Amino acid sequence: MSKQRIVVVGNGMVGHKFIENLLAHEKADDYEIVAFSEEPRLAYDRVQLSKYFSGSTAEDLMLTSEDFYKENGVNYVLNEKVTAVKHDENKVVVASGKEIAYDKLILATGSFPFVPPIPGKDQPHCLVYRTIEDLEAITASAKESKVGVVVGGGLLGLEAGNALQNLGLEVHVVEFAPRLMAVQLDEGGGNLLRKKIEALGVNVHTEKNTQEIVAGETCRYRMNFADGSHLETDMILFSAGIRPQDELARNNDVLEIGERGGIVINNNCQTNIENIYAIGECALWDGKIFGLVAPGYQMSKVAISHITGGEDQFTGADMSTKLKLLGVDVASVGDAQGRTPGCLSYVYQDGVADVYKRIIVNAEKTRLLGAVLVGDVEAYGTLQQMYVNEMDLPEMPEAMILPSIDGSAASAGMGVDALPEGAIICSCNDVTKGQICCAVQDGSVTIGDIKANTKAGTSCGGCVALATQVMNSELTKLGVEVITDLCEHFAHTRQELHHIVRVEKIKTFGELIEKHGTGLGCDICKPTAASIFASVWNEYVLENQHAGLQDTNDHFMANMQKNGTYSIVPRVAGGEITPEKLIVLGQVAQKYKLYTKITGGQRIDLFGAQQHELPLIWKELVDAGFETGHAYGKSLRTVKSCVGSTWCRYGMLDSVGMAIRLEDRYKGLRSPHKIKFAVSGCTRECAEAQSKDVGVIATETGWSLYLCGNGGMKPRHADLFATGLDDETLIKYIDRFLMFYVRTADRLQRTSVWMDNLEGGLDYLKSVVIDDKLNVNAELESEMALVIDTYQCEWKTTIEDPEKLKRFRTFVNSDEKDNTVVFVEEREQIRPATEEERVRFVNAEEVAEIA
Amino acid sequence: MSDLNWETVCDASDLLPEIGARALLGKDQVAMFRIKDKLFAVNAIDPFTNAAVLARGIVGSLKNQIVVASPLLKQHFNLETGSCLEDETVSIKTYAIRENDGKIQLALK
Repeated sequence: MSKQRIVVVGNGMVGHKFIENLLAHEKADDYEIVAFSEEPRLAYDRVQLSKYFSGSTAEDLMLTSEDFYKENGVNYVLNEKVTAVKHDENKVVVASGKEIAYDKLILATGSFPFVPPIPGKDQPHCLVYRTIEDLEAITASAKESKVGVVVGGGLLGLEAGNALQNLGLEVHVVEFAPRLMAVQLDEGGGNLLRKKIEALGVNVHTEKNTQEIVAGETCRYRMNFADGSHLETDMILFSAGIRPQDELARNNDVLEIGERGGIVINNNCQTNIENIYAIGECALWDGKIFGLVAPGYQMSKVAISHITGGEDQFTGADMSTKLKLLGVDVASVGDAQGRTPGCLSYVYQDGVADVYKRIIVNAEKTRLLGAVLVGDVEAYGTLQQMYVNEMDLPEMPEAMILPSIDGSAASAGMGVDALPEGAIICSCNDVTKGQICCAVQDGSVTIGDIKANTKAGTSCGGCVALATQVMNSELTKLGVEVITDLCEHFAHTRQELHHIVRVEKIKTFGELIEKHGTGLGCDICKPTAASIFASVWNEYVLENQHAGLQDTNDHFMANMQKNGTYSIVPRVAGGEITPEKLIVLGQVAQKYKLYTKITGGQRIDLFGAQQHELPLIWKELVDAGFETGHAYGKSLRTVKSCVGSTWCRYGMLDSVGMAIRLEDRYKGLRSPHKIKFAVSGCTRECAEAQSKDVGVIATETGWSLYLCGNGGMKPRHADLFATGLDDETLIKYIDRFLMFYVRTADRLQRTSVWMDNLEGGLDYLKSVVIDDKLNVNAELESEMALVIDTYQCEWKTTIEDPEKLKRFRTFVNSDEKDNTVVFVEEREQIRPATEEERVRFVNAEEVAEIA
Repeated sequence: MSDLNWETVCDASDLLPEIGARALLGKDQVAMFRIKDKLFAVNAIDPFTNAAVLARGIVGSLKNQIVVASPLLKQHFNLETGSCLEDETVSIKTYAIRENDGKIQLALK
């Protein structure tokens, strides 16, 4: 059977989702795919578009790649507009005149921003906010502007306002309706949102009808409003809603179009022509356009189901939303306006904390119809589930929005147990409660496992709290008592031990195990205790009471390699090194016959040193001005950098200077796992900062801080934590972040896993580090100050102490060398002999001895 | 025990509590430990990697046995019997060790 050809017009989020889902379908081999994109690139994440302003690149936003399409046999054409559909010939026509035949045609052309017909709207600095190209135009315009106006106070308008504020402009939002987010919020919610946004320095003008845009007196333009007032601005961003991109269907004149636009589809996502489907924001179902990505994703699944002979139907979509706009939490569920006849509502308003919550219920008070939450959206997950699953309301529905007296979140009035198995917990990735429960039954015991195994909570993260509740409930049902004991000697977690050590001022392992543990300790708890002592008291690690606790790497202050020899990595802060020091490294390596290699962290690694040689080598290095690089410790390793503004023509800030400053600040800090940093001088990201625990990227408006990435066993991009930071704020945040991690992480838990397991994730971390939610920041900063003040180069201290040097002897009773250490040469340097080579070598020696 | 051929290897003060040290006894590399005032001596070569690293392992107790953990791949060896806790088919040689007149002495068993 020859393959059916499916032509997909439009490669936005929904068009791509269709292709991705089809490729994953069991019948994928029956189809060949041809995709057209009018934009110069394949699908990217339009929902996260504003991240582009805070340091993300177009590349970061990509949802796929040309390689992925090529590998999977997807034909695609970029920069190509499909201009006509010849439905009677089953062909589409592209701008160049070429015709392409199809068996099935998928229209995923999306929408375009609506620009009201205002005279003067077509001037140079009047822009829209939809594509990466739009964002580039906005960035360019912002450079020549001081004041910016966003026309439209809806979701996207506020997002655009946020972007302009990040670009450093004075921002005004102009809304035609009497309040912000008029579609999603009721009056009370809209008013509070306005108050909060104004407090952030954004000027809000409601009930303003722009009549014309003319030349300004103090700024580039003046907007004249119908009420006679005016506003001056240098640039204008139109964000007054979207219109379905149905031009192609209109050109066809047989395809059915809705009165106000949109390609009409049925429950199979078919248009009135059988083998033509429409999905996403260009499609009109039951008279409705769905301007969110999740319904578009649902449509893509339904269309594939229909094409492949399945029975899925599109029966509408939940338009509930939860988001953070300009730092304000906002959520809306179902009929937020309370338009259902006979409905009742409960309102909770806290004028002190600026919280507004309203739920709308039916006349019988048995069903939730809608909700509005501003300032505190904790109840969103529960409310949204109740609404979507049409669950019975508790006897006192108001309990769901009232603050709980004891501070627990349980007052929401509904346990996750009440949710049906099919309840969608993560709508971004379409993960149900049942799937999470299955993952738990298959062995997932942390929210990090759940994320890895189900994908729940890995996109917007809004469902993590709910997913955690589902997981915990399932664990309890399975009778699993999650044992968090460090090892058989301590019935405590690392975090608890850290606490005990600090509170009881315990400074030795002997005291710790006597008071809080049993037995002699082991290779799990001893290094953990050593790390805690080091980060709390920062005493010299080779003191007699600490030395036996150290892993061999920390004990010998070098990295043990496979044959029992060590490698040595002196600190080269930021990767900057003088020619003189480079020469010393070469000379030392030559003298001791060491293998040399540049590390992944921009340092120089010297391999093959034997135990007794370590102090000799370090004496020479210390004399030449080197200090230990802590490459052996669970501690700060390196701060990688690019050359930054000093040399680079693109560099925005001095990345080398900042990298050295950070490395010098945190060198020697012991932590639950090794930590790496990087600083990039611009968003080209040559230092690859987003793959580090702490990544810093220079932008026009200051430093962007990324946290909790890594390039380890499970590579993870760091999350954007804050933007527009000056040097001092950057360092303050990193101080707090690092100490909070050191205090609370599990043994050998990387920052990425740690954050995945923090309930509330990135937002919670922000609330602690930026807003001081736990009221611990002063303490965290002083703890960090102590570590910084007590820094010492451990090697310098060691080579000055003859008693300590004794421990580096190979044998206590002989100057002979360790005969198990055998090297052979490869590419003009040494390497450890393989087992086979070693046996042969040793035999030859013995033979020689006998002879 | 008296018929053992004791060899003095170092001062008693050279063997610190819970910090291993290595000595040569003939051709054997021996890892020595002092744990709670008891002395232990085992072959220093880790049978899983053939590297002479066991004197540099962390000592402690596991399931009521006194053990050293190999610093390379972290297997544990019982310091009294030499047997490996993770793989009962593997064990290492043990030696006699004592403190005598301020000196540490070793002997083949």
